Amino acid sequence: MVAIPGADIPVVHTPADDKPGFWARWFYSTNHKDIGILYLIFGIFSGLLGGFLSFMMRMELATPGIDVFSSEHTYLVFVTMHGLIMIFFMVMPALIGGFGNYFLPIMIGAPDMAFPRMNNLSFWLLPVALICLLISFFVPGAAEGNGFGGAWVMYPPLSTTGSPGPAFDFIIIGLLAAGFSSIFGAINFITTILNMRAPGMTMHKMPLFAWAMLVTAFLLLLALPVLAAALFMLLTDRIEGGTAFFDPARGGDPQMFQHLFWFFGHPEVYIMILPAFGIVSHIVSTFSKKPIFGYLGMAYAMVAIGVVGFVVWAHHMYTVGMDVNVKAYFVLATLVIAVPTGVKVFSWLATMWGGSIRFTVPMLWAIGFIILFVVGGVTGVMLANAGVTTYLHDTYYVVAHFHYVLSMGAVFGIFAGWYYWYGKMFGHHYNGFLARLHFWLFFIGVNVIFFPQHFLGLNSMPRRYIDYPVEFEFWNMVSSWGAWITLASVAVFFVVLIEAFLMRNKRRVGNNYWGEGATTLEWTISSPPPYHQFSVLPRIDAGDSDPHEEVDEAYARREGDSA
Amino acid sequence: MRALNAMSSTIGAGLVAALSGVAAFAQDAPSGLNEFGPEPKGWFLQDAATPVMEELIVVHNLVQIIITAIVLFVFLLMAYILIRFRESKNPVPSKTSHNTLIEIVWTVVPVILLVIIAIPSMNLLYKQDRLPETEMTVKVVGNTWNWLYSYPEYENVEEWVSNPLDETQAREVGQPYLLATDAPLVVPVGTKVKVLVTSVNNMHSWAVPSFGVKMDAVPGIINETWFEVFEEGTYYGQCSEICGVRHYYMPIEVKAVSKAEFARFIAAGGEPEDKFAQLNDGGGAVVSAND
Repeated sequence: MVAIPGADIPVVHTPADDKPGFWARWFYSTNHKDIGILYLIFGIFSGLLGGFLSFMMRMELATPGIDVFSSEHTYLVFVTMHGLIMIFFMVMPALIGGFGNYFLPIMIGAPDMAFPRMNNLSFWLLPVALICLLISFFVPGAAEGNGFGGAWVMYPPLSTTGSPGPAFDFIIIGLLAAGFSSIFGAINFITTILNMRAPGMTMHKMPLFAWAMLVTAFLLLLALPVLAAALFMLLTDRIEGGTAFFDPARGGDPQMFQHLFWFFGHPEVYIMILPAFGIVSHIVSTFSKKPIFGYLGMAYAMVAIGVVGFVVWAHHMYTVGMDVNVKAYFVLATLVIAVPTGVKVFSWLATMWGGSIRFTVPMLWAIGFIILFVVGGVTGVMLANAGVTTYLHDTYYVVAHFHYVLSMGAVFGIFAGWYYWYGKMFGHHYNGFLARLHFWLFFIGVNVIFFPQHFLGLNSMPRRYIDYPVEFEFWNMVSSWGAWITLASVAVFFVVLIEAFLMRNKRRVGNNYWGEGATTLEWTISSPPPYHQFSVLPRIDAGDSDPHEEVDEAYARREGDSA
Repeated sequence: MRALNAMSSTIGAGLVAALSGVAAFAQDAPSGLNEFGPEPKGWFLQDAATPVMEELIVVHNLVQIIITAIVLFVFLLMAYILIRFRESKNPVPSKTSHNTLIEIVWTVVPVILLVIIAIPSMNLLYKQDRLPETEMTVKVVGNTWNWLYSYPEYENVEEWVSNPLDETQAREVGQPYLLATDAPLVVPVGTKVKVLVTSVNNMHSWAVPSFGVKMDAVPGIINETWFEVFEEGTYYGQCSEICGVRHYYMPIEVKAVSKAEFARFIAAGGEPEDKFAQLNDGGGAVVSAND
């Protein structure tokens, strides 16, 4: 990858860099770094909320019988909201809004995002959306109680005639707001990446995180309008005497919603994991002190995953009664995704091969990510087979699979990025021992939760059950012990944050606190970065060709553009 | 234990034999009743009761062996790299970032593995989905929250409702709670049965794991699938598509009987077997089958 001569990049701090007052800075902010921090805070808050919901579910499931929840409906509301909150309000804001906003402009040598005000809008739509979701807890959903209990997939007729109350309307409004937030964010990222790279930074010299964000932004841009359309159709279907897109009694088709939902839903899983791929690539490269192995293969593997990710959606619907030839196509297309994913995993291993590996905290998370992502990935190969999935569909095997790639994949990516860039964002370091404790507790905790769920699924325990036959008791209890361990790790995480904040003046960090190996542009500027970085655009070393010539050309091209 | 035996015959006895020993003692069906369903502490697929499920287990095991090998390979390679190339052992990193040969290898080898998986997987899929000449038909209708069963070919048998047994009733008849019903679907063994599945309100999914059958019940659409049960017994399943608050409380019970007994059952008008008859004989509380 690109070697950056740090000394060449002037960092000028002028009075113009002075930050606005508290209210203007955090509420009207158009600065990509401030918005990134807001996204991260929002993600942490939503993570706690979604984590609380899942903890209550695990407590209920620890033993057979209904003993924690007062009503079955409330349990389903928790299931539904856990999924929606974790996906739309924790993983996406943290990975895309948080790290994407903060580091993408810096990595490509841009002073800010292309549309700073739209960036502000993207963020502030999210709290509105979350408030709508929270309101839905407390307004009537179905006849059985408050809140919407139709799972995050929202299949009609359960989400139309089955949930007549306003709770689900609030969820639709909230998800539409979150969806538009993501679409605006995607437009912003695409424009920034395509137009605002520093002179000399060609597409093929962009850091892999920028590539990941580019592919993610295109997936968002193409997938979320489909969700928005499906949600609007649900909304009008829900009106008494309204439309009948999904109502078979009036010529509609409930399966049509599933196709629309998963046409969004499957790219969505790559939206959640691709930024984590990018982060892990940087961390593995930094702490192996080696350039990433097979850079182009890595970048185009993500493009391939993104493209193929759009044509495999119906593998979520193997049991709905599709024609066997259609199923056969989706089996084969889904299996194909294993190839670019394999390229990524082996390229990470090859990056480490021959390196000089330092076991820093972010490296632990990145190694954990690779290991657990492989486990989650191979169960995906199992589930791709429609024949076998006839047995496994809607069992805990599926729950285990997607939590291995999300609760361990995406979340490990988030924590890896957090501990990698913590010093860069806040200017001080955390306590290494506490951070390692957090890692090990979390690593053990989530594995104890989710590995036994494979067994439950193989033994055929269905998902979204508040109560189950006694045969499933043992592994459910083990899984619930894991929830306690994970709870402890979350507590340690907050101890890390508080301790680091209290000790902030004693642990100041410099520009490049990871040293050799950290080669991207964010390591050339101060920690935390100046309020407006790159008032003079950095020049990117052109590698094998003559750098001066190429930079001159870049400048000439820019001047030509603006003339 | 057929599932486990299939597994052990594919990957060799040692480890699995030990593990199946653990699982085997856990299975204690009520005396005289051949029950198929989840096993206590079960960690593997349920036993096969149909030819489709037998093949499903074979495909599962093949894929499981391949993915286990991949995971072990990655784990061991990772462990080797982390030990061999740690900073203290290897202070000077190499700068290699390309090797065309190895990149081709790690693209082509997964493709070969996927082809190895895809062929039996396709065979299973078509066997499962393409209906053979079936000998009889049952109609399954999902309702919130119970199942309606009928035989379109036997008009003298009225459609009946299969409700779950509550905890007390299940204990009385010695069947597992949340799996047992008051009036199971009755089918003959050794017969290819076509199943038509639909719903009258929310979506449901009619699933009998040991048959390798799971078919969504969608309002306005009639899905079809099939099974052929090997031996007499009681087979349990559970609703597998979220359908509302009682999603967990609409189990599926299928009773496979001999062909002769099934003929008697049909001739008698398909009166569902009253599990509570002997309890009620003693003048105890009358438990309505369809309560």
